[in-house]
Amino acid sequence: MSEKFRLDKGGLINRNKKLSFKFNGKKYFGYEGDTLASALIANGVHLVGRSFKYHRPRGFFGAGVDEPYAIVQMNRNNEVDPNVRATEQELFEGLEAKSVNCWPNVDFDIGAINNFLGKFFPAGFYYKTFMWPKSFWYKVYEPIIRKAAGFGEASIKHDKEKYEHKYEYCDLLITGSGPSGLASAYAAAQNGAKVILAEDKSRFGGSLLTSEVTIGNQSGKDWAEKIISELKLMPNVIVKNRSQVFGYYDHNMLVMSERVSDHLPKTEKYIPKQRLWYIRAKEVIISSGSIERPLVFGNNDTPGVMLSSAAKEYLKIYGVLVGKKPLVFTNNDSGYETAIEFKKNGIDPIVLDTRKSPNSEIIKEAKDLNINIKFSYVVVAAKGYKKVKSADIAKISDDKKNVSNIENIGCDCICVSGFWTPTIHLASQSGNKTKFKDEIDAFIPSQSKQKETTLGSANGIFTLEETLKTSFEKGSELSKQITNKENKIAVPSVVEKKSSNHDKFWCVPLPEGKNYKRFLDFQNDVAVSDIQLALREGYRSIEHVKRYTTLGMATDQGRTSNLNGLQLVSDIENKVVPQVGHTTFRPPYSPVSIGAIVGREIGKHSKPTRKSPMHYWHEKNNAVFVDAGVWLRPRYYKQGNENLFEASKREAKNVRQNVGVCDVTTLGKIDIKGPDSAEFLNRVYTNAWLKLPVGKARYGVMLREDGIVMDDGTTTRISENHYHMTTTTAQAANVLSHLEYYLQLVWPELNVNVVSSTEQWAGAAIAGPKSRDVLQKLFPDLDLSNEGLPFMGYMEGNLFGVNAKIYRISFSGELAYEVNVESDNGNYMWEKIMEIGKDFNIQPYGTEALSTLRIEMGHVAGSELDGRTIPYDNSLDGLVSKKKDFIGKRSLSKAAYVASDRQKIVGVIPLDKKTSIPEGSYIVKDAKAKLPNPKLGHISASCWSVEYDNPFSLAIIKDGRNMIGQKLFAMSPLKNKTIPVEIVSSHYVDPKGERVRS
Amino acid sequence: MLHIKCPHCGLRSQNEFSYGGDATVKRPELNKEISDQDWDSFVYLRKSPRGKHLELWQHISGCRRWIKVERDTLTHEIFKTLKANEEV
Ligand SMILES: [Zn+2]
Repeated sequence: MSEKFRLDKGGLINRNKKLSFKFNGKKYFGYEGDTLASALIANGVHLVGRSFKYHRPRGFFGAGVDEPYAIVQMNRNNEVDPNVRATEQELFEGLEAKSVNCWPNVDFDIGAINNFLGKFFPAGFYYKTFMWPKSFWYKVYEPIIRKAAGFGEASIKHDKEKYEHKYEYCDLLITGSGPSGLASAYAAAQNGAKVILAEDKSRFGGSLLTSEVTIGNQSGKDWAEKIISELKLMPNVIVKNRSQVFGYYDHNMLVMSERVSDHLPKTEKYIPKQRLWYIRAKEVIISSGSIERPLVFGNNDTPGVMLSSAAKEYLKIYGVLVGKKPLVFTNNDSGYETAIEFKKNGIDPIVLDTRKSPNSEIIKEAKDLNINIKFSYVVVAAKGYKKVKSADIAKISDDKKNVSNIENIGCDCICVSGFWTPTIHLASQSGNKTKFKDEIDAFIPSQSKQKETTLGSANGIFTLEETLKTSFEKGSELSKQITNKENKIAVPSVVEKKSSNHDKFWCVPLPEGKNYKRFLDFQNDVAVSDIQLALREGYRSIEHVKRYTTLGMATDQGRTSNLNGLQLVSDIENKVVPQVGHTTFRPPYSPVSIGAIVGREIGKHSKPTRKSPMHYWHEKNNAVFVDAGVWLRPRYYKQGNENLFEASKREAKNVRQNVGVCDVTTLGKIDIKGPDSAEFLNRVYTNAWLKLPVGKARYGVMLREDGIVMDDGTTTRISENHYHMTTTTAQAANVLSHLEYYLQLVWPELNVNVVSSTEQWAGAAIAGPKSRDVLQKLFPDLDLSNEGLPFMGYMEGNLFGVNAKIYRISFSGELAYEVNVESDNGNYMWEKIMEIGKDFNIQPYGTEALSTLRIEMGHVAGSELDGRTIPYDNSLDGLVSKKKDFIGKRSLSKAAYVASDRQKIVGVIPLDKKTSIPEGSYIVKDAKAKLPNPKLGHISASCWSVEYDNPFSLAIIKDGRNMIGQKLFAMSPLKNKTIPVEIVSSHYVDPKGERVRS
Repeated sequence: MLHIKCPHCGLRSQNEFSYGGDATVKRPELNKEISDQDWDSFVYLRKSPRGKHLELWQHISGCRRWIKVERDTLTHEIFKTLKANEEV
């Protein structure tokens, strides 16, 4: 198809570079510098989508971020991108896009039947219709609504595109590169301020690109180009196009989404598709401009009805005619600029001006060009289904209440202008309450809440002269406060046409006997009649009306609909707009892709991965890893075709029979120093610490103030005022903060310092009856006999030239030692242990075997110390000192904590001694009791006991101490299992703890 | 994201800090008799004021010091930041 609507010359596109693209499967041509919208319009394509509720045909309404209709599904770089505005998508070679919200296709859409059933889809339709019967919701209503609603289709595949985040600080962030943005950026940059100038579109200049003005001795466009090229050369200025500042958050933090690669056919290697900028600005200048308001009339959603400023933009930037028989419908002078532009390009427009006898320079110019102008005229209704074919126009009475002399005239587009709405979203997000400015029928920012200043048309100033003057001044003033420098700049002279006042008229009355749909919200299909109904039904607050009718709730945030909606509510209520008030604007101003929000924090990048110094040894030796917090730990070491169960059983058995070695580097370690360390530990732990001798370790439990166990571990007295504390892997960071809290805030008088030393030490636990033999060969010079290094003893040694610390502590319940060396020597230590241990059948064991060993011993760990249990629940009564005070002690005397039937840890064995009990199962008395079956507690951990070769679990159950010997049931609704069990002691193996002391 | 002035390090973004609750709560002294009610209110009861609130933050990714921040819970305005041993 040829470009029937492209002018031979003009526009800012690159006519030397022709591009081919596909829309809805059909091939078209456009030029470099086009948007998908301008290229489609050039090809005469106006039907691009279907509306949300009624599935009415929809075309283009705007030319940028204000576009409510032309939402397409992009196919780019082998990924789909739903809900892209065709007016923002730049054209590239091979672009593929399709319409959304229509089935089977945009020309014939079955959903359009909703249009003819319109009376069944009034405001609040969903609330009213789908409430009853309740059971219908999930099966009938929801699936239908889901299918009918929504726009594009998200991909269910993993998005292979890259997104990234960037943090930036600046003196001034300026949002928008129109005249106010350029002037203020230039002035601030001259004062040496660090400036970021953000432009949403690909081209800088905003309204200067399309308006007929002169600045100094240059056209507006040339002046903008000059300023931008100067700014780009300044080292203190960052100039960004394709970048939308969409959110204004606390403490002058703004977020900007940069479309880095969306305009290119492919995302280059090392370049993201989009980049999110977190910008902390000392001052923010909001120069986001204004958006033209529509006029409301019958069938004003027909393709071909569009904003007059958009029509002008297509002409001046893209050299594209939105129609060849244009009707311009306006209540102010802006429509004339569009009409004159048509005329200059050989097209004869008809102007309908709602005003009776306006006078201004531009109207005179239009008259001099012999443009057909009808004053006191309105469009009553657009005619045509998939494209405007004609319009019913009429004379409007002086009081604007009645139309007469209705006639039908042919036209192929209707360009509407209902004056301008300042874009105050960012100011409103910042907390600025905004105020209504009567002269422009719109809200503008009022008192600044954060460090924000709104300039130009975003502030309701519509003359270039004043905009430039105030923007140069503000840019200079704000930057001077920061840099203490001032470089005076002369404000250039301006030539622009003076405008006459606009007409406050905005909605064309319905002629007798007609009930055309007059749309307010084009994206959510909210018509005048919907608002009227909501008010008749008693909705008053604008926030309620908004939610009931969905006015302004679409992805365009009501950019073109909010004010007309407010006008309507105030008209009906006989109020003025400021009394009705506007709804709150919230970020994002414009939709942001989820990918950009997530950034690089995806998959393996969502958290750091920590590896022990022995990681690569584990890897080489077939370790299967498991995530333990941020650490990767070997879960088991696979031999041959073993599975997890077989391997962990082998490893655990070898610990019980011979000797095993486990990487315990991940344990939290905290170095504690200072003369008051013993006193501090005595307050932190539940047991006594004042008399621990140098060279001895002790097991300790620490509580929160509410009596709940926070963590456990061993702490060793290295020297008089030096302790080495270990924590669980998971709680390491919390415990450090906890200690710092008490030292800095509660007991600052204690002379103690704490610091994390987790990463300084590599640790290996050597456990099993033969562990002493291994250790003796590692440290031949040391006396490692039971007397030389007793249980809970500590020693320093030399491991083949490397300093080592030896702790005789045990988690497995066997005779065991933990050897620590400096991290860099970790692998060396490990290899020595394996080499020497060979003679004793040493095998490495992973976390699965480690769990097995501790569970059958009845040692508690994270699954019991789960933030819901007190020491007594875990049979740690012996560790709770009666004599001294400690953190959380006072809570332990609570009635519930000392109740005789308090929950307690027990062991659980299946009666058949075969069936493993799923972790998390409930313990119940009667498996057949009526639901909800009262539960006594739950299974906290399960293993296959290698000592007895049958399943064994730990559980925390009500009145546990009196339950031993009882036959109960473990029920897992998740696994659909009911297992008859016997309750036994939690110390299943070696209940007297003889092995660790052997 | 808030911008918090650590009295030891200077202005830093909120993501370097972790929140620590009401700074006006005083832990009862060790080894002192205290009624159930007083203890429970120390452990559990916190005001949730609308407006000025003195709270604790820890500069966890910085100097690791606990600091006091006087903040408006409604507007997020920060009036003052103090070292742990300073009073408003
Ligand atoms: Zn700090």
